[in-house]
Amino acid sequence: MSAHATAAHPPLYAGGLRSWLTTVDHKRIGVLYGVSALFYFVVGGVEALIIRLQLASPTADVVGADTFNQLFTMHGTTMVFLVLMPLSAALFNYMIPLMIGARDVAFPRLNAFSFWTFFFGSVLLNLSFFVGDPPDAGWFGYANLTSKQYNPGMGIDFWLLSVQIMGIASIASAVNFTVTILNMRAPGMSLMRVPLFVWMALVVQVLMLLAFPPITVAFIFLMFDRFFGTHFYIPSAGGTPILWQHLFWIFGHPEVYILILPSFGVVSEVLPTFARKPLFGAPFMIFSGILIGFLGFGVWSHHMFTTGLGAVADTAFSLATMLIAIPTGVKIFNWIATLWGGHIRFRTPLYFAVGMVGLFIIGGLSGIMHASPPVDIQQHDSYFVVAHLHYVFFGGTVFGLFAGIYYWWPKVTGRMIGEGLGKLHFWLMVVGMNLTFFPMHFLGLDGMPRRIYTYATDLGWERWNMIATVGAFLIAVSVLVFFVNAARSLASKTQAPADPWDAATLEWTVSSPPPEYNFAVVPTVNSARPFWLHKYGPTRDISTRTKAQGTPAQPDNPPTRIDLPSPSSWPILAALGLALLGGGALVGLWMVLFGAAVLVFCVYRWAFQPLERTGHPTFGPAPSGGSS
Amino acid sequence: MDAHATTFGVPSRKMAMWVFIASECMFFGSLIATYLSYEGKSLVGPTPREILNIPLTSVSTFVLLMSSLAMVLALEAVQTGNRRGARMWLGAVVVLGGLFLAGQVYEFREFYHEGLTLQQNLFGATFFVLTGFHGAHVTVGVIWMVTLLVMSLRGQLGPERSLDVEVAGLYWHFVDVVWIVIFTVVYLIQ
Repeated sequence: MSAHATAAHPPLYAGGLRSWLTTVDHKRIGVLYGVSALFYFVVGGVEALIIRLQLASPTADVVGADTFNQLFTMHGTTMVFLVLMPLSAALFNYMIPLMIGARDVAFPRLNAFSFWTFFFGSVLLNLSFFVGDPPDAGWFGYANLTSKQYNPGMGIDFWLLSVQIMGIASIASAVNFTVTILNMRAPGMSLMRVPLFVWMALVVQVLMLLAFPPITVAFIFLMFDRFFGTHFYIPSAGGTPILWQHLFWIFGHPEVYILILPSFGVVSEVLPTFARKPLFGAPFMIFSGILIGFLGFGVWSHHMFTTGLGAVADTAFSLATMLIAIPTGVKIFNWIATLWGGHIRFRTPLYFAVGMVGLFIIGGLSGIMHASPPVDIQQHDSYFVVAHLHYVFFGGTVFGLFAGIYYWWPKVTGRMIGEGLGKLHFWLMVVGMNLTFFPMHFLGLDGMPRRIYTYATDLGWERWNMIATVGAFLIAVSVLVFFVNAARSLASKTQAPADPWDAATLEWTVSSPPPEYNFAVVPTVNSARPFWLHKYGPTRDISTRTKAQGTPAQPDNPPTRIDLPSPSSWPILAALGLALLGGGALVGLWMVLFGAAVLVFCVYRWAFQPLERTGHPTFGPAPSGGSS
Repeated sequence: MDAHATTFGVPSRKMAMWVFIASECMFFGSLIATYLSYEGKSLVGPTPREILNIPLTSVSTFVLLMSSLAMVLALEAVQTGNRRGARMWLGAVVVLGGLFLAGQVYEFREFYHEGLTLQQNLFGATFFVLTGFHGAHVTVGVIWMVTLLVMSLRGQLGPERSLDVEVAGLYWHFVDVVWIVIFTVVYLIQ
């Protein structure tokens, strides 16, 4: 026993490529999601920069119209499915088990399967570049733009098959995390003691569960139209392209909340930590998040006011959309009230969190404008909408996720990250983002349509477009600063403390990075801020508090034996089979059947492989007697 | 991970199946909604009234319903350690599920010969995709049941593994319930 007590933990990220391919550890899978998402952030960013170069001046000739269509399609699809969702998934994966006091997710191998399915799907999407035929119908893929008649190439097939595959990954992951959050909480962690970030993650999982099936069905119809000659979206045979719009936006609007709620959750963790106060009105924040998710399902047709749904439908969807402003407003006021009177420490995560609140308000306000059908019809398909959605997705989601990256960076990497470069990153990004997207409001109101690849000289759009392009390159510089900062941090040798921000939640009770088993002792929770209570006792008054010199929250070594699931090759191989099955539709029936065979074989091997096998990772003292 | 204590005291795999079923409701809901919104919009025949064979499908619906009964009895047999009963009732689920699928294959072939194809009209497209995806779900279920049956025959399906059967049963009953909705919406209310 003494040998175990003195042995250091093996480093969390040690091991070669094989250990990463077969890992079922939620922390490693979180890192895999994060690295992939940041890689695609660069890819999607470069696509955006080429778009901005083309639009910088009138009648420019950087790329042609066809390439331009492909670029904005790939930019949108990449940023939504390959960057924002997996970056949120990275934080969910790494943090949720730690924040609820669990040793892993409910289904560790399904978690690995989700990641690899997402990963192979993302590769399939980008393979379209290498066959020279990327999709070009927009990330929304409106029907008729995608029909075989008007779009006979393979680009749309790549797009629909890869997004379909990634949808399976999302549903699998949503099942996993819903069960994890509901069923794997530490003793004493009632639902109202669950951290806000985890609560928002739960709402997101439910949204993914219920929103992905409609788009799956929409894609199935499109697939049948393109591969088997059906007429789901073909007007000449009685079909209607509006069906696509309904199914797409029944997914698409909840998707907006799938993208923004994780960021809301991060901000709700970061602001209390750096204001050194509990989150103001935490239960209200929880219920507001649930209400946003619920209402999010009843507003899809506000994307379709111009299709002529009739006055009753327009009114209903308009009202429901305006209602969402109420819970969203609650959140914003509560964030401000959290900062009010706090002992604020101005660190990089706080900068990004406050930046998110401010920039999201701008996007939210233009969103309320769009809730009014007459206003929306004016602004539809104009750059005003481009401005709106980038304030929400960039100002809201990207800033919120960067707040999370800076906040949890020490926990994940075990290294502190530079404050100076972090703040430089923030200021460059704020300025760049506003230079890029604010002028788009003016361009839109002045009538510039979305998705045009160039414009005439006499329209007076040159100045704002040039400013937007300069801003886009400023954003690129800020991202470069982030990567330099990240590289410097990873190269440094100073070990980050377990609790660098003096925070309140359970993930800070363990070392940075955490041991493979997360918690030597599963914590017992009796507060919404368990670690704060442990450190400072029940006092809420920050001026009189003193740090209790009690026992550490977690012992260095597990007092009892901990068994962890073994690594497994079957999840990644099953995901590969699924990707071959889907991608095979572009090659031939033989490959579809081969992929299906691989998938079925791997699923069987997976199902009959015990979770914990001979040689699985164990920690703590060896059992005193008997075998396991 | 079922051996570990869970917050709600419900095994995680069981909760996962319920959560997945919620997702599946939206999947079939979207297919059924599309079927309904395209009902009567076909420009050419055949129409549902001309082609749907209600007596035949009533029989296959009854067969599928009985498979759910067999499923309940199979679970009960596994839970009480009744190995003979488990094999018999799991076998019954497989046979009844297979019969339902055979009925669907026969029905699809008949419709095809009467001129209803995927490409013929919107009715063909929405009907075949809706019922075809349901049939695919039944197929997955039958394969699952065959797996459980083989496990039982090998003596690997004792009462300690009854959760395996319970989760499979949840899936099976759900697929059955979906068929009740499809049968009502597509066949009975035209």
